[in-house]
Amino acid sequence: MSPAGVPARLEVSIKHKSYRAASGARLNVLGELGFSLGAGSVGALVGPSGCGKTTLLRIIAGLDRDFDGSIRLPAHGKLGMVFQEPCLLPWRTAEQNVRLAAPEATDAGLHTLFEALGLSAHRNHYPGELSLGLARRVALARAFAVEPDLLVLDEPFVSLDAALAAHLRDELAALVAHRPVTTLLVTHNVEEAIELADRLFFLSASPARVVAEVPVARPRAAHTPEEIAAMRREIARELAKASA
Amino acid sequence: MNLALRLVSLGLLVAAWYAGSQLAGARLLPGPEAVGLALVAEARSGALVLNLGATLARVAVSFCVAMALGAALGLAMGRSRFADRLGDPWLVMLLNLPALVIIVLAYVWAGLTETAAIAAVALNKLPNVTVTVREGARALDRQLDEMAQVFRMGAWTRLRHVVLPQLAPYLAAAARSGLSLVWKIVLIVELLGRPNGVGFEIGIAFQLFDVTRILVYALAFVAVMLAVETFLVQPFERHVSRWRPSTP
Repeated sequence: MSPAGVPARLEVSIKHKSYRAASGARLNVLGELGFSLGAGSVGALVGPSGCGKTTLLRIIAGLDRDFDGSIRLPAHGKLGMVFQEPCLLPWRTAEQNVRLAAPEATDAGLHTLFEALGLSAHRNHYPGELSLGLARRVALARAFAVEPDLLVLDEPFVSLDAALAAHLRDELAALVAHRPVTTLLVTHNVEEAIELADRLFFLSASPARVVAEVPVARPRAAHTPEEIAAMRREIARELAKASA
Repeated sequence: MNLALRLVSLGLLVAAWYAGSQLAGARLLPGPEAVGLALVAEARSGALVLNLGATLARVAVSFCVAMALGAALGLAMGRSRFADRLGDPWLVMLLNLPALVIIVLAYVWAGLTETAAIAAVALNKLPNVTVTVREGARALDRQLDEMAQVFRMGAWTRLRHVVLPQLAPYLAAAARSGLSLVWKIVLIVELLGRPNGVGFEIGIAFQLFDVTRILVYALAFVAVMLAVETFLVQPFERHVSRWRPSTP
């Protein structure tokens, strides 16, 4: 499918990552950590808070180059990212925020994107005039508008109430189903991961390693409580196997 | 209400002026009507416009040069520790060098030219701009910076849409204090080595002990700067802060 020499997969192979703490001691954040993600599939990194998930994402996004190992981004490595905070420019409107990140986006493309995320009425609002939920949607629109080769989502639904988070999760699932893009999602919410991802990667506590890799049978379909319970049992089995 | 208060305040000033001229005598402090008549006469002869224009042009050019260079230096020094260490001693020196010394040296080294005059004024204002903008550059939001990096925004987009809006309050503060400082220094530069402008006229008036003329030029220029403040600086500030949710 992909032209020769252009990798279609995301390949992450980190040998070691440490910080120098203020006390001068070296703090190991990531251990030997590797995984790969096929073109168009959604991977979820699940792990306890403080295990180095955000550090890992920053390395993948090229924001942190001080580590041992290698990262290969799919295709041309164009990134779309949703940060933990919406991270919008407060002095530009919702639409300008999206256009500045995605200057090649067409009017029609933006129109459908804003429509899909329920932002049509808010194109000319400044971020300060938006609720957190709306601001996060703008951040999602921005990440999709660049038509990324890799979409990176860093806990995109934290600090939203459960109903709103579920609603946004459905919208995101619909967007990903519509325009397949290799996606890496970081979360500490297993259910969120099951609902969005094709493949779950479980990380250990710091220094983080991948301790288990669990595929999701029917990605982005409505899961019954029984199915979710079954997934949870399988996850528990895998994790037990890994720690044995 | 606001306007009425302002008018009352101005009226009080004129009244105090009038009382002062009655007490001190017209030679030391000419009254408002004498100064007003002289202002009209100076305007009719065309000298007022010519001198105001020359001074205003010098203020504009040296202000722009100082703001542009100062902002660029401040941005570099705020973002790079290397540039900060390299530039800081120069900055401290310039900040503490008296305006008069810079002006006299500029005239001695470059001759009594327009370039020397403008360079001297700009050099006097430059360190203030640099110090203010450096503070702003140190406070730049790292998250927005990383966002721009992830989305591969170009250098111009980053400057125009990410960095400059964050520096706007600092630039506004530098511009505010800068405009008044620059025009005061321009007068000294004109007094010492220019054949026209408000400073030159005030120098002549000083030699002739012509207080009326001094007041005419001082008042006319204050009025011009007030207009600049009201019609240029304030609308600009409103424009760059339009995104801030209005405070109740």
